[in-house]
Amino acid sequence: MGGPEPSNTPAPGRPAEPITAVPVRYPERWVAAGAVLLLASMFVHMLFTNDAFNWPFMVDHMFSDPVVRGVWVTISATVLSMVIGIVLGIVLAVMRLSGNPVLSTVSWLYTWFFRGVPRLVLAVLFGNLAILYQTIELGLPFDNYWMAWLGLEGDARFFEIDTRTLLSGYVAGLMALSLSEGAYMAEIIRAGLQSVDKGQTEAAQALGMSRSKVLRRITLPQAMRVVIPPTGNETIAMLKDTALLAYVPVTIELFYQLQAIGARTYQIFPMLVAACLWYLAITSVLMVGQYFIERRFNPGQYGGIRNRIVGGAH
Amino acid sequence: MSEQNESVIETPEGVELPSDALVVAENVHKSFGRLEVLKGIDLQVERGEVMCIIGPSGSGKSTFLRCVNHLEKLTAGRLWVNGELMGYRQKRGKLYELRETEVAAQRSDIGMVFQRFNLFPHLTVLGNIIEAPVQVKRVPKAQATAKALDLLERVGLPDKATAYPDQLSGGQQQRVAIARALAMEPSLMLFDEPTSALDPELVGEVLDVMRDLAENGMTMMVVTHEMGFAREVGDSLVFMDDGVVVEAGDPAEVLGNPQHERTRAFLSKVL
Ligand SMILES: Nc1ncnc2c1ncn2[C@@H]1O[C@H](COP(=O)(O)OP(=O)(O)O)[C@@H](O)[C@H]1O
Ligand SMILES: [Mg+2]
Repeated sequence: MGGPEPSNTPAPGRPAEPITAVPVRYPERWVAAGAVLLLASMFVHMLFTNDAFNWPFMVDHMFSDPVVRGVWVTISATVLSMVIGIVLGIVLAVMRLSGNPVLSTVSWLYTWFFRGVPRLVLAVLFGNLAILYQTIELGLPFDNYWMAWLGLEGDARFFEIDTRTLLSGYVAGLMALSLSEGAYMAEIIRAGLQSVDKGQTEAAQALGMSRSKVLRRITLPQAMRVVIPPTGNETIAMLKDTALLAYVPVTIELFYQLQAIGARTYQIFPMLVAACLWYLAITSVLMVGQYFIERRFNPGQYGGIRNRIVGGAH
Repeated sequence: MSEQNESVIETPEGVELPSDALVVAENVHKSFGRLEVLKGIDLQVERGEVMCIIGPSGSGKSTFLRCVNHLEKLTAGRLWVNGELMGYRQKRGKLYELRETEVAAQRSDIGMVFQRFNLFPHLTVLGNIIEAPVQVKRVPKAQATAKALDLLERVGLPDKATAYPDQLSGGQQQRVAIARALAMEPSLMLFDEPTSALDPELVGEVLDVMRDLAENGMTMMVVTHEMGFAREVGDSLVFMDDGVVVEAGDPAEVLGNPQHERTRAFLSKVL
């Protein structure tokens, strides 16, 4: 056989001249930037010259005690309704995928209702539940019918409590938000569970794991990868929706407090600006948190979950 | 496959079992809707026997293996493993479905290895192996870990305990999957085309592990296209086509001197 001798070192690349070319120019970018700059300066000018903003007043009241307390109420309502919503969502998603027609239908109906009614309407509705039941009683159902039928005196109720005591505005509002959130989380978690390869369930079942173990140990942890990014969005949306608590009404809540100060002092606009600034500040913090969490649970890679579970050690 | 045993064995439920083989399949049928995939499979696997199952794609090999550990419910027939009727309890001539946890207990005695490995990607190699012993059998974690490390040694991966599945080659993943199944100390191992998803140069390492298992007396049912393995390691060979066992017997006999036209046609394509 002829041809060149095979050599052990790879052939070196030939030297080449780097490309030097005149780049494309984009004059329209400069026009756009100029227009934006003009509009921005008009806006800033208005911020400082229009008296309706009343900046000193806003700064004075934005950090007053009731407002700061309102901030904490808003944060606590966000955290609590998300936690309850996630737990509910897991239960509803598992019911929906259970293959049990009763559970699956109940879950579907729940989701249908709570996704179909606006949160604002739910908030007002839960604020008025006391109209429906003045007291909440614990006992056997339909006792007014069957006790009489059996010829018994009295009733089969063991415990009763005034609805307004149990369902303070805060609790009513929290229920509205978390029950509604449960419906949205159910859909997110269902999509997450369905994204896990069927082979995972089969392998786990073949090892003798029961269905609930498979769910807790194998499918749910893997669903996290898909569930976490939209849950971050839900949390940010929930933070903003806590403003709806003002309509329950929950008087200690941030937006209610800011509006109350505005109404009392006739300085409505500064307080609305204060509300914008507070919500922006808290959502910004949440977005930073979301960025880091999503980086850990990077979709498409198990590096994320791995770091989370073993503390990045391997 | 071994000869039919004449004696009749009484199971605890008082049901007559045709033999003392580890796996007894009697007229197993399986349909998916209108599609009949298994059309009456009869076979027996003795303790310590390695049975290889070959046949064209779609002939029902996987479905049959999945019937053995009740991942699929039979539509007709009976299937016993280790003297236990899979998935049912028979009482006074009536069949009662077993509870989900009872089926799970039956499955824990049968290891299964899949074509696509199906390792748990969120757990380490060690986590994959100890998961079922700890969660299902309640083996103390330290004990399960020691056992897992032994098993990793046995499948030739002593230094991969802390690795994650996606950091391993296909051949390594499949060997971990075998170790994971062995950790439950099963009396039967099912293999569904364990080397079909592997690059050719990785097939050997998995077959070596399986050969070692066979030599140590494990009862195995292996769906495979590796005729060399079937000939050398298998005690019996079953050729399935279109949901029935067409031909079964000694591997060298079936491969060297097939009796049926369908067997000859299939072998001429794969050999
Ligand atoms: N879950 C299922 N639903 C419907 N059809 C199925 C299902 N599983 C397998 N089948 C069908 O059963 C037949 C046999 O499949 P399979 O047992 O996987 O064959 P093999 O493993 O021999 O290739 C195929 O026609 C396949 O499409
Ligand atoms: Mg198959």
